[in-house]
Amino acid sequence: MVCRCRQILNNMKAANDIVISATGLSRRFGSLVAVNNVDLQIPAGTIYGFLGPNGSGKSTTIRMLCGLLTPSAGSATVMGLDTRKQSEVLKQKIGYMTQRFSLFEDLTVAENLRFISEVYALSRKRRKTRVAQLIEEFNLSKQLKQRTGTLSGGQKQRLALAAAILHDPQILFLDEPTSAVDPKNRRDFWEILFDLAAQGTTILVSTHYMDEAARCHSLAILDQGVKVADGSPKQLGESISLNVFEVVAEDPNKARISLAQQQAISSITQLGVSLRVLIPKDVEGGLQLVTSTLAHAGVHAKVEKVFPDLEDVFVAVTESRPEGIAA
Amino acid sequence: MNSLIRIFAIMKKEFLQLSRDRLTFGMIVGIPLIQLMMFGYAINTDVRNLSAAYVDEADTHLSRQFVADLGASQVINIKQRVASVQELEQLLDAGLISIGIAVPDDFDRRVIERDRQAVQLLVDGTDPIILGVAQQLSALPVRFDTQALPPPSVNLMEVRNFYNPERRTAVNIVPGLVGVILTMTMVLFTAVAIVREKERGNLELLINTPIKTPELMLGKIVPYIIIGLLQLVIIFTAGYYLFKVFIRGSELDVLTVSLVFIAANLSLGLLISTLAQTQFQAMQAAFFVLLPSILLSGFMFPFDGMPVFAQTIAEVLPLTHFNRLIRGIVLRGADIDSMWEDLLALGVFMLVAITLAIARFSKRLD
Repeated sequence: MVCRCRQILNNMKAANDIVISATGLSRRFGSLVAVNNVDLQIPAGTIYGFLGPNGSGKSTTIRMLCGLLTPSAGSATVMGLDTRKQSEVLKQKIGYMTQRFSLFEDLTVAENLRFISEVYALSRKRRKTRVAQLIEEFNLSKQLKQRTGTLSGGQKQRLALAAAILHDPQILFLDEPTSAVDPKNRRDFWEILFDLAAQGTTILVSTHYMDEAARCHSLAILDQGVKVADGSPKQLGESISLNVFEVVAEDPNKARISLAQQQAISSITQLGVSLRVLIPKDVEGGLQLVTSTLAHAGVHAKVEKVFPDLEDVFVAVTESRPEGIAA
Repeated sequence: MNSLIRIFAIMKKEFLQLSRDRLTFGMIVGIPLIQLMMFGYAINTDVRNLSAAYVDEADTHLSRQFVADLGASQVINIKQRVASVQELEQLLDAGLISIGIAVPDDFDRRVIERDRQAVQLLVDGTDPIILGVAQQLSALPVRFDTQALPPPSVNLMEVRNFYNPERRTAVNIVPGLVGVILTMTMVLFTAVAIVREKERGNLELLINTPIKTPELMLGKIVPYIIIGLLQLVIIFTAGYYLFKVFIRGSELDVLTVSLVFIAANLSLGLLISTLAQTQFQAMQAAFFVLLPSILLSGFMFPFDGMPVFAQTIAEVLPLTHFNRLIRGIVLRGADIDSMWEDLLALGVFMLVAITLAIARFSKRLD
């Protein structure tokens, strides 16, 4: 693990150039603004996350970066290629795993991979070795002759990833790749992503899972088509203008009701027996406020100031925005 | 070279998918056979056994003989005798008979004097074919046996039946059916080909690969050309053994015009596929083409008999040109050189359709 991290760091230093950049990227569908003025600078060899709820513009942004959708405004370059004009050249260099399983369900695993290897026009020898290698690496040898329509969610996801990286793309776009698989498969999947990144592949992955976003080197939080924050998970935690207090109370319900009376508290989230309480940094003595409120209500509780996690950041940046900016 | 690899990849994929789609595969073989049986045995423009009734107000030896002669012609099937012309009209109204025969009480005198029509035929003219038959019936000679034979009248024109001396409808139907079946299956198969991938999500994968639009289109067309030729063989083989229809002209000419015609239909199908959003829309569009093709191309009705407006529309349909070509080669043994204009029209249609399809197809989602 340590070794891999160093490798990634080396890669980042070696290729500190920006491979994906976008300025003012926007996309309208009729009156709906799906993506609004997004700027991106993604260095090579990193795993970059798009975090946001459904409909926040993650897929639309990825499709624009792949050259599948034409931006309504702004521009993007991927590996120095303009996504409007040079998308055909770009296609040989990028891999894209669609949100919905898009391989042919009436073909077998082997037939699908062979088809992809031919469509990318790999050399005959390379086709053979590469398909065999991926089948081995992605643990699909038992399903070789199985039609992909009958595969499990995890197997489909591994196959789709294998198909997306078959032609050794330098950049990999993954659109919610883990939305249909169990936690074990998700962990294995991320192991593969770290391996790929270690080999120098730049990965852009969209997700709505906080724990996945936390694994990314850096990420952008999207809300209603607008990039509301970006940076590494740590930077994001530091950047928000809220303090986070964890309250472990005997009666969390009662604690929540009493804290909800306080105008200064911007958000309370209950996680089992504990509460996460967000108070703006400019409110003096937040800790004091929470403990005294609880004491006043007669609730026994342990209150502790903690470092904001991504969920706190997400709540902070999406709730602090005035309504209707994206509309 | 890379282009070839990609075209072959698409072709191989289409064949694999087709071989696993049992219903479609069944249709490829089933549609030609069933249609051939249906049209070959069931459709018969030689009219027989039209239901009829008569009123005989004369009731003489001659009138009874006349009605019996009509019945013996087998064109009509006399079902009943009624008492009055009013009753005949009622039967016509009810749709129980197609032809009513009214013999007046002065029938014998009319036959002798020959100054007026002797008999009235009441015809359900809603079907023009029945009307035509009635006109033939009116030529039936009636006279007293005792009368001396008039000098045999010589018709002004003599009819010589070329190419189909036995007057079999199947002779015309079989080659015509080749075109109808190919239009039906070829347009339909390719019309859903791209839309289906759009619906299943495969298209987003395909357009993100370096494959070029013409490569994709070619890869999708070629497998169906082979299927179209397979259908051609099925129809002509069955046509030969079931209906004794054989190819008078050269087989190579049949192959040439069929190839161009199949390619034209496939291109049209692909064009529909790029316009439609769902498989259902694609199928509707395919039928929108199929129906005028069947009705206007000369398959059902003689082309020259149609109004100019309909002829103009028909000239745009590939089936019209193919029908002329295939009937010419198969039935008359005509040479392809004598019909080059129709072949050219098919070729132009194909080029326009495939160019539009390629131009319409976008490797983008917007």
